[in-house]
Amino acid sequence: MNDALAVAWKEWRELLGQRGARGKAGIGLFLLAFGIVLPLETGPSWITSPSVGIAWSWVPMFLVSTVIADAFAGERERHTLETLLATRLPDGAILAGKMVAAIGYAGGLTAGSLLLAEVALNLVGPRHGLLWYAPQVLLTLAVIGLLGSVFVAAVGVLISLRAATVRQAQMALGGTIIVLLLVPVLALRRLPPGWKRGLLPSAGSGARLALLALLVFALLDVGVVALAKLRFTRARLISL
Amino acid sequence: MTIPAVRTASLTRHFGGVHALDDVTLEIPRGCIFGFLGPNGSGKTTMIRLLLGLLEPTAGTAEVLGYSTRSDAAAVRQRSGALLEHCGLYERLSAADNLELYGRFWRLPGGERRARAKELLTLLDLYERRDEVVGGWSRGMKQQLAIARALLHRPELVFLDEPSAGLDPVAAVALRDRLAQLSAGAGVTVFLTTHNLAEAERLCTLVGVVRRGRLLAFGTPAQLGAAREGAGIEITGTGLSEVLVAMVTALPGVVSARRDGRALLVGLARGAATGPVVAALVAAGFQVDSVRNTAGSLEDAFHALLEAQS
Repeated sequence: MNDALAVAWKEWRELLGQRGARGKAGIGLFLLAFGIVLPLETGPSWITSPSVGIAWSWVPMFLVSTVIADAFAGERERHTLETLLATRLPDGAILAGKMVAAIGYAGGLTAGSLLLAEVALNLVGPRHGLLWYAPQVLLTLAVIGLLGSVFVAAVGVLISLRAATVRQAQMALGGTIIVLLLVPVLALRRLPPGWKRGLLPSAGSGARLALLALLVFALLDVGVVALAKLRFTRARLISL
Repeated sequence: MTIPAVRTASLTRHFGGVHALDDVTLEIPRGCIFGFLGPNGSGKTTMIRLLLGLLEPTAGTAEVLGYSTRSDAAAVRQRSGALLEHCGLYERLSAADNLELYGRFWRLPGGERRARAKELLTLLDLYERRDEVVGGWSRGMKQQLAIARALLHRPELVFLDEPSAGLDPVAAVALRDRLAQLSAGAGVTVFLTTHNLAEAERLCTLVGVVRRGRLLAFGTPAQLGAAREGAGIEITGTGLSEVLVAMVTALPGVVSARRDGRALLVGLARGAATGPVVAALVAAGFQVDSVRNTAGSLEDAFHALLEAQS
């Protein structure tokens, strides 16, 4: 775990500490927009709406996708990959460190935005007493956000492992996410109405269906992470 | 019996049809400075990658510090430091952060990490600039920092791929002294590749010459120099041309002749004299500044080995 955290420390240091004015400005702009401006424009429903959890659970996935393509393709492009691989770090620690860094970055920014929104709305919003996110909203956000982030991080790592450049990895990741998201939706839409009716009752109530979906998501995560671990071999990453 | 630092047996690595390393067998004792010499693309970097367990051999075996690079590569890397083809520094991080990171990778405790980083940065005259982002540094400074990083965890064996590349002459001499001290004082084995044959001759206790993946010679620089048959001369002057090189090549007793900047390097057959070569050059209008006997030098032996193979 210490080894993975050492890798993550480097990633965070690069992302937040010394990334330069553009990187810091991007993070500041995100927090300003999603933590202050939009919540104040929207009002208390930014916090109280039951759909907040679902709406926000996409945010960490998106944020992970903005940094994970760099994980290995960036190291390769900047000629630091081979030196990293020549260290004593186990394969799993390097892989986990890269994923933890991206998920931590996304989770941190998401939590920061939510917290800022809460502070901003409570400070300048209508005086109806303190506004709090409902526990089920936070739970939905945490569970779906985490499962989604792990999935995007693992897919991103798989792509980044084979990509020659960060740009190539970003393009491939963007395309892959679109396909992975659109295919199930389109497939469900194209199902004959009789099939759809048949599928839903068999899955039981709404809560059971949600639970089933989360279980499938979690299994998918385990599968993609296992695949990433399988594909991560030092010899494959070194080119002629 | 002491386990050698490196032992390979018929070590081979092919990339498709390219024989990057072919049937290399050698043994490097602990505590020595080994120079792996060869032209570009001869297999030097592949050898380092194989010894660090970053690549699997196509055939043969390699043991580093007694550990198999196939089955115990992690143990090899645990005990080794490396400066590879690229210096591999994180250019968006400061010098101190680069060393802090690798200190964490090698699980050095916090206090020791900082003390060791300070010691190395001070030794390399980089301590005052430790908080600067290394992306803006010169190539030589980056190279120095990368060497510090390779030595940070006090490895038993250090791989240095072209360590003096980009260093100014003063820094190159200082590095040579430091490596000699490291080997003699701390018993660290140094495995280095270099194009600088004079540097290799001064620094290395053992050398290997490789070309197209094949090990052509292995021994001390003196042994390699002595094994060279015939004499070698280096003639410097003004007016050297390809026509003159061709003329010298055709002279009786001349085995080889090639141009190296303002110098003409001539290989002579056993018993052949230097005088007729110099006289022929002077007669052809070449203004001779100096004539130096290079026979017995590592450089001479190196070129002779390569020429014999071409």
